[in-house]
Amino acid sequence: MRNSLFILVVSLVAAAVFAAALLLRSDYLLFAGYTVLQFVVLATAWNILGGYTGYVNFGTAAFFAVGAYTSVFLHKAFPLPVPVMVVVAGAVAGLLGFGMGYLTLRLRGAFFSIATLALAVVLQTVVVNWHYVGGSRGAYILRPPAGPIAGLSYIEYLFLIMLALAALSLIAARAIECSRLGYGFAAIRDDELAAEANGVPTLRLKLIATTISGAFMGMAGAPFPSYIGYIEPASAFGLPYAVNAIAMPMIGGTTSWAGPLIGAVLLGSLQQIATVTISSAVNLLIVGLLLVGFVIVAPNGIVGLWQRFFGRNRTSWRPSSKSTASASGSAASSPSTPSA
Amino acid sequence: MIGPNGSGKSTLVNCLSGTLVHETGTVRFEGRDLAGLKPHERTRRGLARSFQLPRPFASLSVADNIRVPLLYAAASRRGRHLGEREITDRIAEVLEAMALTDRARHFPRDLTQVDMRKLELGRAMAAEPTLLIADEAMAGLSNSEVEDIVALLIRLNETGITVILIEHIMKAVMQFSQRLVVLVSGRKIADGPPAEVVRHPEVERAYLGQ
Amino acid sequence: MVELDLVLNALLAGLLLGGFYAAVTVGISISFGILDIVNIAHPAFIILGSYVAYLANAAFGIDPIVVGVLALPLFYVLGAAIYQIYYLSFEQRGQDSLRGLAFFFGLLFITEVGLILAFGVDYRYVQAVYMDRSLDLGIVQIPLRMLVPCLVSLLMLAVLQLLLTKTFVGRAVMAVAQDQLALQLMACDPVRIRRIAFAASIATCAMAGAFLIVIQPIEPSIGREYIGRVFAICVLGGLGSLPGTLIGAMLLGVVESLTATFYGPSWAPAVGFGLLLITLAVRPAGLFGR
Repeated sequence: MRNSLFILVVSLVAAAVFAAALLLRSDYLLFAGYTVLQFVVLATAWNILGGYTGYVNFGTAAFFAVGAYTSVFLHKAFPLPVPVMVVVAGAVAGLLGFGMGYLTLRLRGAFFSIATLALAVVLQTVVVNWHYVGGSRGAYILRPPAGPIAGLSYIEYLFLIMLALAALSLIAARAIECSRLGYGFAAIRDDELAAEANGVPTLRLKLIATTISGAFMGMAGAPFPSYIGYIEPASAFGLPYAVNAIAMPMIGGTTSWAGPLIGAVLLGSLQQIATVTISSAVNLLIVGLLLVGFVIVAPNGIVGLWQRFFGRNRTSWRPSSKSTASASGSAASSPSTPSA
Repeated sequence: MIGPNGSGKSTLVNCLSGTLVHETGTVRFEGRDLAGLKPHERTRRGLARSFQLPRPFASLSVADNIRVPLLYAAASRRGRHLGEREITDRIAEVLEAMALTDRARHFPRDLTQVDMRKLELGRAMAAEPTLLIADEAMAGLSNSEVEDIVALLIRLNETGITVILIEHIMKAVMQFSQRLVVLVSGRKIADGPPAEVVRHPEVERAYLGQ
Repeated sequence: MVELDLVLNALLAGLLLGGFYAAVTVGISISFGILDIVNIAHPAFIILGSYVAYLANAAFGIDPIVVGVLALPLFYVLGAAIYQIYYLSFEQRGQDSLRGLAFFFGLLFITEVGLILAFGVDYRYVQAVYMDRSLDLGIVQIPLRMLVPCLVSLLMLAVLQLLLTKTFVGRAVMAVAQDQLALQLMACDPVRIRRIAFAASIATCAMAGAFLIVIQPIEPSIGREYIGRVFAICVLGGLGSLPGTLIGAMLLGVVESLTATFYGPSWAPAVGFGLLLITLAVRPAGLFGR
C-alpha cells in the first residue's frame, strides 16, 4: 500500500470514529475514547524507538509529563490555543529526547534504559519543587464549556485533537517503517556493529528516533491538563504510563505500526472496562501480568502470532522482470588496482 | 594475510574498519588518514568488511539485508539515493553474483553456513567498496564450499574491488593471493609474493613450531 | 557561615546511609555488573524483603534483621526460579535484550501492584530495641537505627567478597563474566553458575529490605526511588566490583545527606539520578572503571 493511500484510509477511519463519537453523545465514551487514543499515541511513539531500533525507554511518563507541564506553564504565562500548545510541547519533549539520547546513546542499550528511568525521577523532583506550575500540590486548569469550533463541546474538541494526533502518529510510524530510515532502524535493532559496517550512521539514526518518539509522547501529554482539569506530579509522572507504553507494543507486536495500535486498543479498552468493574490496582496488575506473559510466550505479540498462523513473514523484495538477467558486471563505481 | 591464532589479525581488521581505536600508528586509505572516522564513515569511503562470524540482520529477509548497504553505503558512495527500481535491480545482481537468488525471501535463520557467508560477502559487495576485507570468510566450510567462496572472491576482484583476505586455509590463500603478509604476535614477519613468503624461514618456524 | 557540627552530622549520616546503600546495591553489582542481567526489578524485591520483615516482626516480634537472615534461603529460591524463567525465555533463545528488559520491568510492576493490593499504600514500620536510641558523642549523634543496618551491611559485603574471591563457585562466578566457554571446558556448567550468582543477588534483597524498614517506614512504591540510586552506585563504583560498590555507595550517601541538610529533603531523590546521568555522560566506566 502506498503512503498516500494509507493516509487516506487512516483519515477515513478517524473521520468515522469521530462521527460515531458525536452521534453517541455519551460523555463517558468520549472520556474513555480519549484515554484509549492517548495510549495509541504513546504506544506508537514508544515503538518508534523501542520496537524499531530496540532501545527501551522506561521514561514515557517523563516525556508525557513534560508535554503536560509545558502546557500548564504556557497556560499560566501566555495562554495559547490547544493545537499550538501541542506543537510547543512536542518541540520541548523532542528536544529532551534528543538531549537524553545524546548523553547516553553512545553506551550500551541497557544504560540508555536505566538513564530514562533516572530522567523521570529527576524531572519529577524538579516539578515538585517548582511552585510556578503548582509544585507538589498540583495545578488547576479551568476548562471552558465550549470549544473554539462551533457546535463542539470542549471535550469533543479535545477528543478531536487526540484523534488527529493518533492518526498522525500512525502515519508517521508507517512512513518510517517503509522508508530508508526504517531499514536503518531495523539494522540497528538487529546488529549495531553490522549496521555501521554497512554504512548506517547509527548514532544519528538513534537520535532521530529518540527525538521523534519523545516529541509524540510530549504532544500526547499537552492536552492532558485541559482534559483532566487538574494535574499533579504524582499522577502525571505515574508509572502506569510507562508500563502501558511498553506493554501495548509488546502485546500487539513491535515490528510494525499495527502492533502498538492493536495493543493500545485492546489493553486500553480492557482497562477502561476493568476500572469500572474492578479496582484500578487489579487492572494494573493485569497489565503487568499480560506484559510478562507475552514477552515469555509470544515474543512477537499478536501480530507475530497472526503471521505464524495465517501466512509467511512479509518481505518487500520482488524481482523486477528483467533484472535477473544481468549478472555481476557492474560492481564497483570507481576504478582501483586489482591486487590481493 | 595469514597468522596463527591470537596473532592480531582480527584486531588489525577492527582497527582498519574503525571498530577499535588504535593507540599508535596511522591507517591510510587512498592517501587519506582515517583517524577519527567512525566505521560507517569508512564504509562510505569505500572500505568494506565482512565479519568472521556472520552478522546478518536477523529480522530482515536476505534481499532486505542487501538493501541496507544499498540505501546507506552505496547511496553515499554515489552521492545520491537510489530509486526503488534501481535498488531492486541491484539486489537481484548481488544475489545472482552470490548465487543466493533462490534464497532472496528467506530469513537468515533458515540459511546454511555457506549461504550465510555468501550473504555476508554480498552485503559487503552491495556497499560498492574499492577495498573489501574478508575476515575468515571460509572458516569451517567444506572443501567444495571453500572453492565456491574463492571463486566468488575472484569474481569480485575482477570487478575492480581490492580484496584483503584474512584466512587460515592455505589452499585458498595460495590460490587467491597475489601478495601474502604474515602476522605473528602483532608483528609483520614477512610480506611478498606467496610462493616466496611460505619458504621464508621465520614463517616456517612460526607455523611448524621450533 | 556553615556550622561545623551540622556538616559533621551530615557527613556521618551520609556515611551510615552509604553503608546501607551498599547492601541495596550489592545485588545489582552481581546481577548487572557481573552477569550482565539488567534486573531493574531488584529494588522491588528489596521492598518485598521489607514486607517479609514487617510481617514477621508484627506477628512474632522477631527482630527485623534476624528475619532478613532467616529469609535468605527463601529469596535465594525466588532468585533461582526467576533466573530459570529468564534463561529459558530469553538467554537460551538468544532473544534480544529488549524483551528481557520488558520482562524485569513487568516483574517490578507486578511486585509493586501486588504489594499495594496486599498491604495498601499506608506506611509500615517495625519494632526493635535499637530503634529509638542513639550514641551521643558530644557534637555528633549516631542513631542506632542507622548504625546497626550499616554495620551488618558491611559484614554482609565482607562475607560476599570472601565468597567471591576464595571459594571455587565464587571464582567461577567471576570467570563466567569473562569466558563462558573456558568455564565449560573446566567441567563447570555456566548456566548453573549464573543461576547461583543471580539467586545470591536476589537473596541480598532479604537483608537489604530488612535494613530499609529499620531505617524508614515503607510503602510499596518507594522502591522506585532506589532504581536510580542502585544503578548510580553500581556505575560509579565500576561495574561488578564489590569494593567499588562500597565506595560508590558511601559517596552517594554523603552527597545526598549534604543535599538534604542544605537544600531540603525534597531534592534528595534527584541526587542519585542526577549523579547517574552525569556519570553516564562523562565517565561511563565509573570512577574506578576497569
